Amino acid sequence: MTRRCLSGWALHSFLGEYSVYQIRVAVQEPPRRIGRLERSPIKRLGGALEELASLLNGFYVVFSPFNFMLMIVGILLGVIIGVLPGLGGANGVAILLPLTFSMSPTSAIIMLSCIYWGALFGGAITSILFNIPGEPWSVATTFDGHPMAQQGKADEALTGAFTSSFVGAIVAVVMITFLAPLVAKFALKFGPAEFFAVQFLTFASFIGMGKGSAFKTLASMCLGFGLASVGLDTVTGQLRMTFGITDLLTGFKFLTAVIGLFGIGEILASMESGLAFSGSHAKLKLNAVIEAWKKLPRYWITFVRSCVVGCWMGVTPGGATPASFMSYGLAKRFSKNGERFGKGELEGVVAPETAAHAAGTSALLPMLTLGIPGSPTAAVLLGGLLIWGLQPGPLLFVEQKDFVWGLIASMYLGNLVGLMIVLTCVPLFAAILRIPFSIIAPVIMVICAVGAYTINNAMFDVWMMVGFGIVAYCFNKLSYPLPPFVLALVLGDMAESSFRQAMLLSQGSVTIFWSNGLVGSIMSLGLILLLWPVISWVLDKMRAAKAA
Amino acid sequence: MTGHASKFLTVAGLAVGALATAFSVTPAAAQAWQPTKAVTFVIPAGTGGGADQMARFIQGVVTKHNLMPQPMVVINKAGGAGAEGFLDMKASPRDPHKIVITLSNLFTTPMATGTPFSWKDLTPVAMLALDQFVLWVNAETNYRTAQDYLNAIKGGSDKQFKMGGTGSKQEDQIITVALERLTGGKKLTYVPFAGGGAVAVQLVGKHVDSTVNNPIEAVSQWKAGALRPLCLFDAKRSVYTAKVTSSMAWSDIPTCKESGLNVEYQMLRGVFTTSGVTAAQVNYYVELFKKVMATDDWKKFMEDGAFNQTFMTGDQFKKWVEANDKLHHDLMKEAGFLATN
Repeated sequence: MTRRCLSGWALHSFLGEYSVYQIRVAVQEPPRRIGRLERSPIKRLGGALEELASLLNGFYVVFSPFNFMLMIVGILLGVIIGVLPGLGGANGVAILLPLTFSMSPTSAIIMLSCIYWGALFGGAITSILFNIPGEPWSVATTFDGHPMAQQGKADEALTGAFTSSFVGAIVAVVMITFLAPLVAKFALKFGPAEFFAVQFLTFASFIGMGKGSAFKTLASMCLGFGLASVGLDTVTGQLRMTFGITDLLTGFKFLTAVIGLFGIGEILASMESGLAFSGSHAKLKLNAVIEAWKKLPRYWITFVRSCVVGCWMGVTPGGATPASFMSYGLAKRFSKNGERFGKGELEGVVAPETAAHAAGTSALLPMLTLGIPGSPTAAVLLGGLLIWGLQPGPLLFVEQKDFVWGLIASMYLGNLVGLMIVLTCVPLFAAILRIPFSIIAPVIMVICAVGAYTINNAMFDVWMMVGFGIVAYCFNKLSYPLPPFVLALVLGDMAESSFRQAMLLSQGSVTIFWSNGLVGSIMSLGLILLLWPVISWVLDKMRAAKAA
Repeated sequence: MTGHASKFLTVAGLAVGALATAFSVTPAAAQAWQPTKAVTFVIPAGTGGGADQMARFIQGVVTKHNLMPQPMVVINKAGGAGAEGFLDMKASPRDPHKIVITLSNLFTTPMATGTPFSWKDLTPVAMLALDQFVLWVNAETNYRTAQDYLNAIKGGSDKQFKMGGTGSKQEDQIITVALERLTGGKKLTYVPFAGGGAVAVQLVGKHVDSTVNNPIEAVSQWKAGALRPLCLFDAKRSVYTAKVTSSMAWSDIPTCKESGLNVEYQMLRGVFTTSGVTAAQVNYYVELFKKVMATDDWKKFMEDGAFNQTFMTGDQFKKWVEANDKLHHDLMKEAGFLATN
């Protein structure tokens, strides 16, 4: 161990002086300086080499048997946490945080971040099998994942989901490894106007989602906005639409809604259609993983797009949930198979899963470099850092090299180990669908109820969940689409605050959304996407006129 | 006779024994209460903020040093500007297994939203510390002193300068309103954000002109040279003299009063339990927090966050809370933040 470390350190001290300088420069000086350094190829190569050396050193730290064991334990715990709806990565990490106080900070963060990776993997399992998103960012995975399971292709969907998660995460880690200081700077450019532009882009990229009536899509979305505005208004500090009911002070919690809308709604639908899971007739194929892998390379462009969306949303920090929705919306819009999305298309699983993991992973970057968490789980990890005596912020990369690179190395290994563990279990997970409905349905009900209860330890949430289940049933009967409703519920609140903060800053002028290149281009892109149906209609007309 | 005597002696002995137990029971009971199940530590604020950091830190110290026979469970109940957490405390009277950490929303939330609770629905346990507020600007600006910044506001147009802060009609905005009394009629544009960490980053990104972040929320950006502290909203300078940056310690930041801005504000970091608990139960927590405060971890935490270390319990603490409640009522009334209903 010592000798390995030494060799790592030898390389480190060879290049160390320079890199510390470079990172300091990157953090403290205005962006112009970084630009000049980056443009010098020799210096850039030196920087990359140094990062590789530090990373190698990180691998030595992770590869101690104790840390490796913690990693596997963390992944397994994380998968379980991800499977149980409502428990969630944030709660899981919070509950287990005290366990880690006796460990060294590096071991502790390895275990906790592995729980985080595990939870990211686990969220996909219940989404695909039972239409219950264990985590908010798995909601978009249900859109195509569950129909696939119903068609007896659960193993293919699971393999696709796990593999895309892995790809997304690895791309994000590579970005963190080599571009950390640069990317951290980019996050600083995000003020309220930029945040609103991103949220607007998410809505815009999703508008085309609705099948059937556009008015029904709009009605569904407006209902979501309405529910999202219940509770305290952060801008005025006033309570809205609580009608003096104290249970409504907290507003409608996204997870309660999602568990009810998807989980309970699905059970109600299954009960009506004959007390059986469709898809249970599927034969178990042991080579399912290989079969699914053969199909994945043809979606390379979706992978690339989703990675970009995910990394960007994770860094800014928009979060994994908007990233998964946006990526799904974009994939549907631009894929050749877009028409078949929602009916069990593998590409519809790949897009949200890749983006969610890229975002979930890159969300740790703003936490480490700026001290702002990109997700609730990252927020709890941030608390952990403080207890271990580490001050997150721009200097963490300089002052706590061992810790940071140990964490980054554990991201590579944790995801690899996680992928292997979950892939081996694919046939096992798929076999769950063979359990008779009369046994599994009550179990799902109980898990949903426990999930809704644990979000806030409130019985009120359980009733709310049942209420949302009935709402989902009515939506299905009247063929109103659910996704716009869910999207508005999760993003409505944030979009409203960002918009009003931006309006305060500009004193009421909408020109703030075009006040610089960054916000202007995101906003314009959003408008183009929003008006795309109209634009393509006009283009078609013009083409037709030309031909005639 | 001997039989009688021995009987008498036995009875006497029993009586003495009983008396002895009777006497020893009272003081023992006062100290002997200890939790019989997990203690819930409610945070009436979101994850990542100052109260959250402190509560999770305390949980860490209690677990690490094994200070309590039962586990401590930390729960965030942030809804309705903390009303969710306080109403939860109010709804479970005589429950000694529940404690809550407070920030100024103990006073401001019921005043601003009309939610029915007050500190009188709780039992005060102890003041752990007072959290400081510092006026921060971006380090790339030319404001070297608080007076520079004040002059810039005076010389600018109305609402030109933007103050970022946590929440609405809470401590950050109260301080902003207090500052506006000194700006010669020029208003600041107050922009509320969800959390203190986000506020500091908005200032680093120059989306706002200044903030009144708590030290712990902005210290890492100060160390990195991205932010500059102008003044401290306390009566006297900080006692921490260890260098935080290469040239400055917390004690080098002048008070706002020294800089000509006569504004003082500090935030209570205190612990309360539910109403109707016994003196012995309150005493248990007082002793527990004394043990927490004796650890080196706590001392380092206090220094990192530049806290004003004032410890109070019992009637002294109760009087302080009472006076602070009145102070907040006056401040909120003056700012026009009181709920209309």
